Amino acid sequence: MATARSKHLVLILARELASNLATPTLIADAEGTLVFFNDAAEEIVGRGFSEIGEMPMDEFSASFTPRTRNHAPLADERRPTRIALEERRAAHEQLWVLSRDGVDRQVAITAFPLFAEADEFVGIVGIFWRE
Amino acid sequence: MRVRIWGCRGSVPTPGPQTVRCGGNTSCIEISLDDGTVFVLDAGTGIRELGNQLAENGVKHVHLMLTHLHLDHLEGLRFFAPLFDPESTIDLWGPRSPVVTLKERIRRSFSPPLFPIDLMDTPGRVNFHELPKTQWRIGEARLIASLIVHPGPTVGYRIEADGSSVAYIPDHEPALTGDFARRSRDWISGGSIAEDVDLLLHDAQYFEEEYDGRLGWGHSSVDSAMAYADAVGARRVVLFHHDPTHSDETMERLEAEARSLGSNTHDPPIVAREGMVLELPSR
Repeated sequence: MATARSKHLVLILARELASNLATPTLIADAEGTLVFFNDAAEEIVGRGFSEIGEMPMDEFSASFTPRTRNHAPLADERRPTRIALEERRAAHEQLWVLSRDGVDRQVAITAFPLFAEADEFVGIVGIFWRE
Repeated sequence: MRVRIWGCRGSVPTPGPQTVRCGGNTSCIEISLDDGTVFVLDAGTGIRELGNQLAENGVKHVHLMLTHLHLDHLEGLRFFAPLFDPESTIDLWGPRSPVVTLKERIRRSFSPPLFPIDLMDTPGRVNFHELPKTQWRIGEARLIASLIVHPGPTVGYRIEADGSSVAYIPDHEPALTGDFARRSRDWISGGSIAEDVDLLLHDAQYFEEEYDGRLGWGHSSVDSAMAYADAVGARRVVLFHHDPTHSDETMERLEAEARSLGSNTHDPPIVAREGMVLELPSR
């Protein structure tokens, strides 16, 4: 079949919701690829999504050198987005991030998995809360 | 591939002198392939007359593909002749639900107080299939079903066979996903089923001015339907799921409106009419 694979409808709807939120929000698909973040997240990321494009979520997260509230490196397995992707459960963490614009910011991140139909994991949503 | 429209009305049947040309039966499409395979898309009231025709032609096996279980896409099933023929087999395909199986959801419409006969007591053989998550084959045909924007679990279908392709998206409100016309096709609801298709049957229930008061009801304006056809690169568009308040004269205005929108489709858009037959040549 000659057609391209569409994003799952749940991701399409999540993107539209995120686009209309003032809360910084990102979306990753089931394979762990960052597929979208909204305009509100630009302040934290330091750049717009159109400048960055789709990329592996781990690579995206690591670029912020996330640290604990005590400024110790945050272990990968404590990253809320990693937990939501791999363990498929909601997670929340307060941390410091170094944005791409060079500014150190204290934020909290809540990430949760998205399931479609009965059991189909389609991706995650991550929400940033400014501390 | 041959496509015949047995019902194209949306929401509720509308028999009467005002709807003679477009017809009053609710959604039902027959797709016949060169190898004799028969697909029936949706089981609106149009399926009753189709069932009689299948019986007359001695067709004993059909694939019934349901887009969703709203009544206007299911209400004719209880009067579908193959269901009452012990020699007939229906392979019934439909969307998954988070809670209840397809079979149980359909059985509800065959139970008191809605209907006196239990589905399990009908003599025809029915095999239920919850839709695969990836493309699959039936005979020579390749099929794909994809969830689309409409209240409740709803899919659109793409069928490729005999060298051509058809996409059936009768109930769809892509406008709820924002400015889809400016998105890449992988971000368009139903993009994988409608992309570059030879024939697109798509929801165009409203004029744009009617849509304003019906946002979120799950249907498209004619403007949105044509924008969608352009965005996915459909070659030919048939506008479907006519509003029950729209007379034949109103539908002619809607067709003219569609043609005035300057679409990029190869052929001018047309509104679906009951009895319409579309032959799709091999490309």
